[in-house]
Amino acid sequence: MGRPGLFAVFLYPPAPLMAETSVILNAVAIQRALTRVAHEIAERNETPGEVVLVGIQKGGVPLAQTLAALLAAIWKNPVPVGSLDVGMHRDDLDRRAAPQVQPTVIPFDVTGKTVVLVDDVLFSGRTVRAAMDALNDFGRPKHIQLAVLIDRGHRELPIKADFVGKNVPTSLTEKVHVRLGETGKEDEVVLEKP
Amino acid sequence: MSWNRKHLLDIESLSAAEILTVLDTARAFKAVGERAIKKVPALRGKTVVNLFVEPSTRTRISFELSEQRLSADIINFTAEASSLKKGETLKDTAKNLEALNADFIVIRHSAAGAPHFLSRVLNSHVINAGDGAHEHPTQALLDAFTIRERKGKIEGLNVTILGDILFSRVARSNIWALTKLGARVTLCGPATLVPRTFEQMGCRVTHNVDEAIRDADIIHLLRIQHERQRQTMFPSIGEYTQLFGLNKARLAQTKPDSLVMHPGPINRGVEIDSDIADSDRSLILEQVTNGIAVRMAVLFLVNGGKGPQEIAAS
Repeated sequence: MGRPGLFAVFLYPPAPLMAETSVILNAVAIQRALTRVAHEIAERNETPGEVVLVGIQKGGVPLAQTLAALLAAIWKNPVPVGSLDVGMHRDDLDRRAAPQVQPTVIPFDVTGKTVVLVDDVLFSGRTVRAAMDALNDFGRPKHIQLAVLIDRGHRELPIKADFVGKNVPTSLTEKVHVRLGETGKEDEVVLEKP
Repeated sequence: MSWNRKHLLDIESLSAAEILTVLDTARAFKAVGERAIKKVPALRGKTVVNLFVEPSTRTRISFELSEQRLSADIINFTAEASSLKKGETLKDTAKNLEALNADFIVIRHSAAGAPHFLSRVLNSHVINAGDGAHEHPTQALLDAFTIRERKGKIEGLNVTILGDILFSRVARSNIWALTKLGARVTLCGPATLVPRTFEQMGCRVTHNVDEAIRDADIIHLLRIQHERQRQTMFPSIGEYTQLFGLNKARLAQTKPDSLVMHPGPINRGVEIDSDIADSDRSLILEQVTNGIAVRMAVLFLVNGGKGPQEIAAS
């Protein structure tokens, strides 16, 4: 009994290092949510030719492509898709390591169009603010709308999504992982508790 | 992808991954230069001092344009118009510039190591725009960017650097960058300007130009730097042109897809035949265009703070 601490180590092994995770959306649920969002976009925008989709790098880009295919099927017309990197327009560039910059490809004129920005997770709203600034350099859209797969709350700016796949109340310490198109893995959205 | 450096002082201390980070980032900035609005707000509110103690036109203009396209405020400073002429030391000049709240100092200096010295005495970000015969890191990065863009890769390529190696900071930075990225580098020129000691940097040295360029994918020409030579290192310019100048007959003996580069300013009819400089084998003007994208990428990366890179915005 001279060294109780040592016994404590053997008697109470530490909890596993793996953080606790739970699946919020599986592949089928993601597809169902995106199909509903596509119909909502079509309902809101009655003139198909005016709508273009722009995915925010990186998570928003595959979602924008999926939504464009769903909308093309609804409208029987192809829907232009672009990708936008917001790294050069962030408001915290000197506070953190420089972000990895992905290609911005907007192969159409956005002036006069309804641009639907697409992102995977809406959180602080700062990425969306940067995206609206970045989009300005390409022209003057008639409307900008926002579609996200997950809205996890905790906005720091007056920004709100027009189309939401799923609202997920979270705490600030939790993490939301959206896994799409990873080879050999099912699409899923996972909530990780610390 | 990784970058956690506050300064860009040389290529020698960079890893291959860091060099590739600059090249990947530069690709995004090149696209910015092709838009109707060629400007992004990444350095909005930041002040950059271009401290060119040694004269330079093209590098200074390239840096200035890069800084403007990142929305920075710029002060240009040349040795002729400064207190350096009145006996102020480099350290005092730099401290004074920092007292004006300069966030970045881009320095060109005739003394090797001047940027490293400033990085130790200042809190600002320091970028080396050429220090003596030591290094010219942004030139090597833009050369590597240009090669990768045109050839799709750098690893495994044969690159021959031809000309005045001894006095060339461009050569030294290029040797570091290209060997780190897996290219085979051959150096060629008059024996007085291309000593065998360069083999220690991991490249091949030869004094036979036809053999040096026969298997080259890239022929990188350097200007004869009269201003850095205290004595004549070869008999005459005419003889240099005859023995080492790149002419049509010599180029015809190389790979059909070999490409010609030159950091400028070119001396037509000396190290390069005028027709070759204007041909579609020449990347000289692409190097100039890419220089802006690469310098924007460098300023953008060193501006970043410490800590891990955030993966995605979520």
